[in-house]
Amino acid sequence: MHWELEIVLYIFLVISAVVSLHVKDLLTAVVSLSVFSYILAMLFVSMGAIDVGFTEAVVGAGITGVLYVVMIFRTTRRTND
Amino acid sequence: MKHGSSSPIILLLSRVLSPYIMLFGMYVIFHGHYSPGGGFQGGALLASSIILIRIAMEEKVHQLHFNKAYGIPLGAVGVLIFFGVGFISLIMGGYFLDYSLLPFPGMITAELRFYGILLIEVGVGLAVMTILVAIYDNLLEEDDDESI
Amino acid sequence: MKYLTFMSIGVFALLLIYAAYGLPYRGDPNALVNQEISLTGTPVASSYYIENAMKDANTPNMVTTVLGDYRAFDTLGEEVVIFAAGIICFLLLNRERKREARKQ
Repeated sequence: MHWELEIVLYIFLVISAVVSLHVKDLLTAVVSLSVFSYILAMLFVSMGAIDVGFTEAVVGAGITGVLYVVMIFRTTRRTND
Repeated sequence: MKHGSSSPIILLLSRVLSPYIMLFGMYVIFHGHYSPGGGFQGGALLASSIILIRIAMEEKVHQLHFNKAYGIPLGAVGVLIFFGVGFISLIMGGYFLDYSLLPFPGMITAELRFYGILLIEVGVGLAVMTILVAIYDNLLEEDDDESI
Repeated sequence: MKYLTFMSIGVFALLLIYAAYGLPYRGDPNALVNQEISLTGTPVASSYYIENAMKDANTPNMVTTVLGDYRAFDTLGEEVVIFAAGIICFLLLNRERKREARKQ
């Protein structure tokens, strides 16, 4: 239906996933993972699964981001590899 | 966190935004019969509004807002609401979680199932909210003496 | 070693794209999952939910009826899982419990 918009969203999805895997700073990885969750929620909504998209947006982009930031605050910020 | 933020922008914005997020969470729980949403999403929204206050303010204020000791017991109350609705319908002679036998007088079967769904959504929302806040609290607790 | 990793990722992506061509289109009424009779000849549960969700529970949102009424036992399991996660965080990370354990 709106396949041009969905192609753009898929490209940004892959870019945010690769960035969150390969970046050195863990805080940047957490922010990129939140962006991944939000784009995934938009894709779910465009496919018609509104409840799944709502859950993904609330849990993936809100709560898990906060918990990851708390764990970075308790441990270290740089990765070893 | 423990000492609070020193920036007035963060203090003002968290103070303004938190009640509206909480109101939207209540709307998502209680309007879940007519619009997308439900207990899990509404509980996560309520938890995010409480965690927003916990990040910005100092410890005295957010312990007044939602006390640390209430986390796990209120979660147990939420699970017990769900189990209780199931067991009431089991005691009244039906199956487990069969809402059409709940002891509310003067209602037809469809209305009884409507209010049964509403009760378990409230239970799920309460449990999810308090458990997420309790996980945040327990992760952020500092070990003040180092001899572990 | 690095080229081998990239090559295996590329082959796997091509395999996934090839498999996606076998899927039905989104919202296709003639697809096999949207029929009233399944492949084995038994009636499919989703058509019952679509027809009777409003009549049974007086609720316009069908997803809420399925999650809260027809499949309420699954929701109970989900809530118990979340409660178990909270209990485990409380037991492993709580400060007062650690201090009491050190005293003994």
